[in-house]
Amino acid sequence: MSKVYLALQDNDDSRYIVEAIVDDNPTATVINQPAMIRIENDGQLVVRRASVEEKIGRDWDMQELHLSLITLGGNVDEDEDQLSLNWNT
Amino acid sequence: MVAKKLNLKEKYRALTRDLDWDYDYADRKKAFPYEEFEGIKITDWSKWEDPFRLTMDSYWKYQAEKEKKLYAIFDAFSQNNGHLNVTDARYVNAIKLFLTGVSPLEYQAFQGYAHVGRQFGGAGARVACQMQSIDELRHVQTQIHAMSHYNKFFDGFQDWTHMHDRVWYLSVPKSFFDDARSAGPFEFLVAISFSFEYVLTNLLFVPFMSGAAHNGDMATCTFGFSAQSDEARHMTLGLEIIKFLLEQHEDNVPIVQKWIDKWFWRGTRLLALVGMMMDYMLPNKVMSWKEAWEVYFEDAGGALFKDLARYGIRMPKFVETTAKEKEHISHQAWWIFYTHGHAAGFHTWIPSAEEMDWLSEKYPDTFDKYYRPRWELAKEMEDRGERFYTNGLPQLCTTCQIPMGFTEMDNPTQISYRSSDFEGEKYHFCSDGCKHIFDEEPEKYVQSWLPVHQIYQGNCGGADVETVLREYYKMNLGEDNMDFKGSPDEKRWNEWKGKGVA
Repeated sequence: MSKVYLALQDNDDSRYIVEAIVDDNPTATVINQPAMIRIENDGQLVVRRASVEEKIGRDWDMQELHLSLITLGGNVDEDEDQLSLNWNT
Repeated sequence: MVAKKLNLKEKYRALTRDLDWDYDYADRKKAFPYEEFEGIKITDWSKWEDPFRLTMDSYWKYQAEKEKKLYAIFDAFSQNNGHLNVTDARYVNAIKLFLTGVSPLEYQAFQGYAHVGRQFGGAGARVACQMQSIDELRHVQTQIHAMSHYNKFFDGFQDWTHMHDRVWYLSVPKSFFDDARSAGPFEFLVAISFSFEYVLTNLLFVPFMSGAAHNGDMATCTFGFSAQSDEARHMTLGLEIIKFLLEQHEDNVPIVQKWIDKWFWRGTRLLALVGMMMDYMLPNKVMSWKEAWEVYFEDAGGALFKDLARYGIRMPKFVETTAKEKEHISHQAWWIFYTHGHAAGFHTWIPSAEEMDWLSEKYPDTFDKYYRPRWELAKEMEDRGERFYTNGLPQLCTTCQIPMGFTEMDNPTQISYRSSDFEGEKYHFCSDGCKHIFDEEPEKYVQSWLPVHQIYQGNCGGADVETVLREYYKMNLGEDNMDFKGSPDEKRWNEWKGKGVA
């Protein structure tokens, strides 16, 4: 199966976002590189607002992800509650 | 009773549908004159979806926040003399190449999206192009600001827009964008949004920027990642455009495939410059060009093309050549610059013994066999006081405009030459990919402004190379060009670092 991925700047917000992603996507792999964190998973990956809010301890708007996002791969679907990445194959 | 707030999807719909209007007294075809000539058929613009559904209010809000964070870092970098914290002054030459070669492309992208954004009948596409156009303008501005700090301390940063329009190797990136911008609006989107942004720019902005951080350059790393945060949106747009075009009409499939083939190859040639930046110009290495190509093209791009197979789209033509080129291209490109280092606006050098060992480890099948002996010979010559510079001007590929120094990939000791005849003239190419692109549109490429031809035709201000470099390119000779060893950059660096002259 093809891998979807996203990469975040290595900053304070991302730490919580990554924790939330790992909780919601137990098979995801986290790769630390200089100044960035890459998270990949087979087929699909989801970032949930509620999970990030739980970790970060405050309200968090889904579109705040744009402040830390470096790149991604996969078909994107985003609404107020989650951003998902997937490949159809 | 308070009206219910619109949710994200409703807000986006209101922006991209309800603000549009129909043409009742004017001719719609006259309003969008470029929409049909490329042969692309759009049956229903309302099917256009932007998965990020960004509206103008949140766009400005988040972009403003990105800018504040970015400029705080620029200030800190400059106030703390950040240039002294880079690994080695050689590193700064990668930034010179970035400013003269890449930043002007951001400006070209700004102009390109502003232009095509006007040409589409669908409001969703117009909004997306408008935002991307503003993003690209932000990128060129932040890059200039970030690198202006280096201009206070290093040579080669002083006249980058002038150089971009004239210097021989900068015609490689310039002509790439000129080619895209002089195409129709749909080809521009496939070229830049899809082939360049989605398939290839990760290779420029992700491992290279991570490399900047690894070399102590916080300013570059930050502008790179900040730009790339917009890029994630652009990539998504690139993928949506492709899917939109393919879903609109089956007749679009072969046209889109042809553009993917063309722009993938154009992009890989342009990225040869990034390959040499990663393998040779970063003193602290993050990953080799080959590894970056495997992660960001072969894995990520492979997944993408598998996903697109259901529309009848296949991998780009000549992709099998790139699988071989990843072993060679960065070494061959740096050799071209090393041997033409007197005519470059940045410094070149022989990799150190440790760097050569790293290259051997990363390129076990090719470096020791083909490239190490070459650098060892260059070193012997340098030690004898005969640092090698070539005297001739190189023949350029008519399509990518890179000097013809790349080899046959199955025989890396044989330079690759291809040619085509058109209307009684012969045109030369570095590869099957570049020849194929020319053969598809010879009327376009016979107009290429090839720097070496222009010099020989007397259009570049002088009869000899030195005059061209000084008068026409406005290079400060003896400061901007030649080997890093013995350069004013090296001398100043050693003084700042309290080192004696090596």
